Amino acid sequence: MSLAIPPHQLQLNEHGQLKHFLTTENLSTEILTEILDTAESFSSVGQQAVKKVPLLRGKTVVNLFFEASTRTRTTFELAAKRLSADVLNINISASATSKGESLMDMLWNLEAMDSDMFIVRHQDSGAPHFIASQVCPNVAIINAGDGRHAHPTQAMLDMYTIRKHKGGFRNLKVAIIGDITHSRVARSQVHALNGLQVGEVRVIGPKTLIPHDMEHLGAKVFYNMEQGLKDVDVVIMLRLQKERMNSALLPSEHEFYRLYGLTTEKLAFAKPDAIVMHPGPINRGVEIETAVADGPQSVILKQVNYGISVRMAVLSMTMSGQSTAITATSKTIN
Amino acid sequence: MTLPTVDSLINNMSSELQNLLGQRGITQPAMVGIHTGGAWVANALHQQLGLDQALGLLDITFYRDDFTQKGLHPSVKTSNLPFTTDEQHIILVDDVISSGRTIRAALNELFDYGRPASVILVTLVDVPGRDLPIQPDIIGERLDLAPQQRVKLHGPDNMHLTIIQVN
Repeated sequence: MSLAIPPHQLQLNEHGQLKHFLTTENLSTEILTEILDTAESFSSVGQQAVKKVPLLRGKTVVNLFFEASTRTRTTFELAAKRLSADVLNINISASATSKGESLMDMLWNLEAMDSDMFIVRHQDSGAPHFIASQVCPNVAIINAGDGRHAHPTQAMLDMYTIRKHKGGFRNLKVAIIGDITHSRVARSQVHALNGLQVGEVRVIGPKTLIPHDMEHLGAKVFYNMEQGLKDVDVVIMLRLQKERMNSALLPSEHEFYRLYGLTTEKLAFAKPDAIVMHPGPINRGVEIETAVADGPQSVILKQVNYGISVRMAVLSMTMSGQSTAITATSKTIN
Repeated sequence: MTLPTVDSLINNMSSELQNLLGQRGITQPAMVGIHTGGAWVANALHQQLGLDQALGLLDITFYRDDFTQKGLHPSVKTSNLPFTTDEQHIILVDDVISSGRTIRAALNELFDYGRPASVILVTLVDVPGRDLPIQPDIIGERLDLAPQQRVKLHGPDNMHLTIIQVN
């Protein structure tokens, strides 16, 4: 089965609005900015006595997580609930797929239950794209992380955090540090940063964990923290996955921490007002020192909070893109 | 049709509002404008009345009833109510009332912030076309528009009204 339309085209409707959210690659500055602006307007909902708006009332949102997640799944669930949608969490390991039902059969069944949106996390790159193009074209598909490919809502909440703390993107130097090769977060961040016309994107890590095509994606490659962090405004640490330690890609956890772990001493190479970000979960003492993770420059916990508003924005924009694709009529109200 | 000046309407509304607050014995009201035209009118009224409470702003986009037909409005502002709405007397201000659906949405949003003691509705202009049983307490001007006519408030500086034709 072919996937004729690439994700960045498939996710837009004929009016150029988001109807799925599969990748930050090739998204226009306008759409990326619209996501951030819409997220900003949702930020007041958390302050209401009733932390809900009725935007997606009557819509059914299905969380389909084929891979474990706590933060992402719960913030998606909270975002959908704050929009008044009904949320189903499908526990894949306990579901019928383990009884031999195919993925497609399961999706068709969920679609037949009049679901309006699937939030998909999958270990295989391209799974959300496949579902959007082949299985459920009229259901909004949100990519909540697929293989090594993309994690677009994480990237957008990182962009929101940067804009919130630094005001914009054009004059900034942003460094992403760690295992770039296996990181869907890093890839989505680089695309989003370039789409938002950031001053400079850098990636820092050992040669074995930086893909060869990073320069083509518009990122400067550094193998040394002192050089890479010089004059940087934003430091984004990535989680070092424990399983990489056992492969031949790294000498040892200790060695990685010595060279690339973010310590107070290494952070001093960046600008004094640089912010420190991390998509979580944090491995303290593996990629980041506790004093830095909990220190004054860290905005790690704020990222989690911003994630709710950003996911509310993506959910409402894609649902809006689906409905305006079906009915293009409009009437103003007063 | 000759349209009145916004300044004269606001002067009249301000004194009517003062009377109404007096009748009801309300001394510390809070004012809330609906984005965008309503916020301009509210700002002018707020200044004239010299209210102590800071002005609140509502963007009712997330409470509209036409999301499934129209989708999300691209430029949504953040709602900001710089006071507690619980047991607060609130003056809700909009520029134009027609169907009443904006006010329905605004009341729903207001009540998601708390339980106000009362709400007084003030609109600069009232035009035909009501779909809901919602009537303002204070109206600047009633305009008897034809079905294909709409009224528009321009601002925030030199606020003035114009009539536009729609198909």
